[in-house]
Amino acid sequence: MSAIRETTVPGVPANPAATLREHGLTLGVWLALLTMPYWMGAVGGYTELASRVVIMGLAAMALNFLLGFTGVLSFGHAAYFGLGAYGTAMTIKYLAPSTPLGLLVGIAAATVAAMVIGFLIRKLRGVYFAMVTIAFGQVFYFITFRWNNVTGGDDGLTGWRRQPLHLGFANVDLLASDKVFYYFALAVFAGCVAVMAFILRSPFGRTLIAVRENERRARFLGIPVEQHIWLSFVISGLFASIAGGLYGLLSNFVDPRALRWDMSGNFVIMAVLGGMRSFWGPLIGAAIFVVLQDFVSSRTENWMSFVGVFFMLVVLFFPRGVMGILKRRSGK
Amino acid sequence: MSLLQVRNVSKHFGRLIAVNGVSLDVQPGELRAVIGPNGAGKTTFFNLVSGFFPPTSGSIVFDGVDITRLSEHKRVEMGMARTFQITEIFPELSARENIRVAVEVASGARLKPWLLHAAKQRVAARVDQLLEMGGIAEMGDRLVGELSHGDQRATEIMMSLALNPRLLLLDEPTAGMGDQETYHVTKLIRRLHRDQHLSIVLIEHDMRVIFHLADRIMVLAEGAVLAEGTPDEIAANERVQAAYLGKAA
Repeated sequence: MSAIRETTVPGVPANPAATLREHGLTLGVWLALLTMPYWMGAVGGYTELASRVVIMGLAAMALNFLLGFTGVLSFGHAAYFGLGAYGTAMTIKYLAPSTPLGLLVGIAAATVAAMVIGFLIRKLRGVYFAMVTIAFGQVFYFITFRWNNVTGGDDGLTGWRRQPLHLGFANVDLLASDKVFYYFALAVFAGCVAVMAFILRSPFGRTLIAVRENERRARFLGIPVEQHIWLSFVISGLFASIAGGLYGLLSNFVDPRALRWDMSGNFVIMAVLGGMRSFWGPLIGAAIFVVLQDFVSSRTENWMSFVGVFFMLVVLFFPRGVMGILKRRSGK
Repeated sequence: MSLLQVRNVSKHFGRLIAVNGVSLDVQPGELRAVIGPNGAGKTTFFNLVSGFFPPTSGSIVFDGVDITRLSEHKRVEMGMARTFQITEIFPELSARENIRVAVEVASGARLKPWLLHAAKQRVAARVDQLLEMGGIAEMGDRLVGELSHGDQRATEIMMSLALNPRLLLLDEPTAGMGDQETYHVTKLIRRLHRDQHLSIVLIEHDMRVIFHLADRIMVLAEGAVLAEGTPDEIAANERVQAAYLGKAA
């Protein structure tokens, strides 16, 4: 049986062929992302769908920073995603009509929440960690659901829209077309992904992978594991909140489902579907999930059962996700 | 002054008394073996010394500092490193990456988002040196999970060594090894002890290894110290023979 010789540390593969494949994959992903609005129509999609792929991809990659590269499963990342979305929306609606300010407030709110919650649960492991993250996530869901006069409750928060960007040298009207917003979202995505890749290649990033690989060994190498898991949780929540902010801006609308537990589950499904040991895997998983959801839900209300069956097939037969299949195909 | 002073430590798990009033002094540069039949409490004793869990009673002083309740990673910072009975490594990383993590943590870089070029080179040089010393330079780029048992052990020992310890705790370093591998690892330990004057405490079952390496031996039985002395004294001790060596012979 040939072991899958994946590179577990991004950028530090086991052999030169793997390096080449990794670079090829990265190039392919960026080419596809940069041109997506131009071919999405031809394959039956539309630009907003492309934006959803990028945004959900960012959320899944953010979750996977914790899941795939620290080995800790959070089932409550919708909380930070949703806080990012509500923070952005409420800032634009109530405080100041500024897209960047809205995003910053959303990120700050979610990061503070992740710091507090992460600190409280840093000693839990496995299913206990996952359960408590769901519970904390649901707390935020019920707050937005019940606090009608501020959050709009079940109806969601309307009456606000994304604002033009003032870049100093140019103004970008994000409402001008779906394409303009897509490239705005892609630019934010690129920044986030670059930072995550950078962190994972750093000494700190290697300690996270060490924790994933063998917590006991990591501990007895002198790594305070709780502290590192906490940091990873906060970083992961921070990037999830950026995805959430973009998600709100995409439809100029947020509702409590953005931070309900099934949204958290979707992120996990995307990461596992695409392959959580691969850096790009969750993006691929998100693309499959979002497109499948769009395609199947236009034909039947029970789209989730189809996604569910597909998910189970992948998990049963390809436990390393789509990226695992691709890597095996190309000979280890 | 002793490097390690264990005073009268006990560990209770519910009603089970796994370690019962054990004391041990390790001098700088000493190689001390801990032996005893299965279930004698050897590994539990190691877990107390390394901080895996705290003792129920008793105290542990390392380098003049009371570390009885100190966390594992603080003990590592003070210069104590350990290996495990069942090899604990990062299986899906290469041997080089395994050691690299240890070297980076030991250099105080565990929270750093980047290293400058010079620091990177220092890390790489140290990793190469350790791979060489452990005799695993040739398989440095292979996933450590795919290496032979002996090479995995060597990787684990070199990871511990990367931490620049003053005291190395080795829990059955030759367990499950063939003659060739046992010889290889024994030679490695001997070199660390002789050339680097590293203080080592080692749990071992293989009597050839123990009598070949140890300065002094502590014999545990049923959680308590049965005997303590030089290899010759232990070999001549009747109680030890009755309890332990007799069975092995």
